[in-house]
Amino acid sequence: MIRDITIGQYYPSESVLHDLDPRVKLISTFFFIISLFVFNTFYGYIVVTLFLYTIIRLSKVPFKFIFKGLRGIMVLLLFTAIFNLFLTPGEEIFKLGFLKITKEGIYTASFMAIRLSYLVLGSSIMTFVTTPNQLTDGLEEIMKPLNKIKLPVHEIALMMSIALRFIPILLEETDKIMKAQMARGADFESGNVLKRAKSLIPILVPLFISAFRRANDLAMAMEARCYHGGEGRTKMKPLMYKRNDYMAFSAFSLYITAVIGIKIIEKAL
Amino acid sequence: MQIILDKVNYLYSSGTAYEKHAIKDTSVVINKGEFIGLIGHTGSGKSTLIQLMNGLIKPTNGNIYFNGEDIYGQGYNMKELRSKVGLVFQYPEHQLFETTIFKDVIFGPNNLGVSKVECELRAYKALAAVGIDESLFEASPFELSGGQKRRVAIAGVLAMEPEVLILDEPTAGLDPQGRDDILEQINTLHKESGITIILISHRMEDIARFAKRVLVMNKGKIEVDGLTKDVYSNTGQLEKMELDAPLITYIIKKLKEMGYDMPSDIITIEEAKREILKIIRSRK
Repeated sequence: MIRDITIGQYYPSESVLHDLDPRVKLISTFFFIISLFVFNTFYGYIVVTLFLYTIIRLSKVPFKFIFKGLRGIMVLLLFTAIFNLFLTPGEEIFKLGFLKITKEGIYTASFMAIRLSYLVLGSSIMTFVTTPNQLTDGLEEIMKPLNKIKLPVHEIALMMSIALRFIPILLEETDKIMKAQMARGADFESGNVLKRAKSLIPILVPLFISAFRRANDLAMAMEARCYHGGEGRTKMKPLMYKRNDYMAFSAFSLYITAVIGIKIIEKAL
Repeated sequence: MQIILDKVNYLYSSGTAYEKHAIKDTSVVINKGEFIGLIGHTGSGKSTLIQLMNGLIKPTNGNIYFNGEDIYGQGYNMKELRSKVGLVFQYPEHQLFETTIFKDVIFGPNNLGVSKVECELRAYKALAAVGIDESLFEASPFELSGGQKRRVAIAGVLAMEPEVLILDEPTAGLDPQGRDDILEQINTLHKESGITIILISHRMEDIARFAKRVLVMNKGKIEVDGLTKDVYSNTGQLEKMELDAPLITYIIKKLKEMGYDMPSDIITIEEAKREILKIIRSRK
């Protein structure tokens, strides 16, 4: 059920990637996603695939677990592929009524499918090996320069970490409320759309109330401990680049260089 | 034999890093009309066990029977099972959602397809059983005090007229008065309508007062199953599972060590009072 969604989850394990500085992982993921959109031929994706494969192996997260995350975007993936397949103008290969498949369509469809799934794989691996806390710490550190243009970076990071922290709590709460209503004979699975939507009320009302109650409690607890924002706040575990982080940066630079190199060759051909 | 669990296992999140073997090879028989206390350390599997009993979660393997029928047999009516085995979760007041108390209590029987008149009758009876005053019936459930909310939520389950009522810590977070009220009401219900009760509680005194039989869970297994008197007088066994006997049992034990002649299976204050008075009177 709800627990099957793996995107954004943390997978506890001990690997080189788990130990890296979150900033390294964030920046690398950002550029990895950009690198996905560089190529127009399949050769380039061989490098990307190899890189992704190495990363997955390094992360020590089981393949099964990673690919489970793809299932969630299956519908989106299919839609994109089908639309691209039929609606790209170009050299016609096959025609059925108003539907026609073109050579360009096949290309774009498969590229889009590869890009989308690699995008999801890449970013979900990042979240598998980084705890939500590290993630927001890293983001805060990276966005710090934006403080100069009066962007409340610390507050944004705090909001993010609270939101992330509450996802599992609210999921668990939903599960509990669902079970409690099921124990009272509620049925969420049968009936038409309208009936099903209506059957959500006994879940949503208690869930909202509990979310507000928790938010209220949290705000109270923070005020009781004199929370006053990010100014002058120090960290128990300040982020510091270590040897492994520099090595990771270098390795990633190599990958980017390779990507650019192949792109140049691709152009020349 | 009303509920039978036959070699039941339950694994949470099986096949992932979070896998947890919550119930291990557990078999137990619940008879009609019993008042059973279920105790155990936090995380020992109590809540999982009771959810198995009314089909909210499916055992990884093993069988569960209700009134002689396999609840995962073909064509078994799960909805009917859930109406027969009423389950009151921890902090049940968190499940209230309707605009009035009366409507919220009707939610359960209404889901069972009971006629409107019958629904209202049941709601009326259930609310009376938990001692909610008629003047509050049209109030919003969110206007009530904590103890009242909890009683309304329990009434919501009672209105389904279950044959077995399972309560997961119905008194957690209540003041002593509210706690006693709820327990007394449950006990009255048990005595008057012969309903089977399974009560989870961390308060050993409450279990000692009401339950005749106790199941002690430890690390996903029912480690001890016996009469309340026998289970509680064996304090060493309980301590091994990080549980305590009622305070009064320890006092009696101490008195015995000091040379007073007392039966060792005293678990309630009432019994203790009687025995101590007996000794004092015999001295005069």
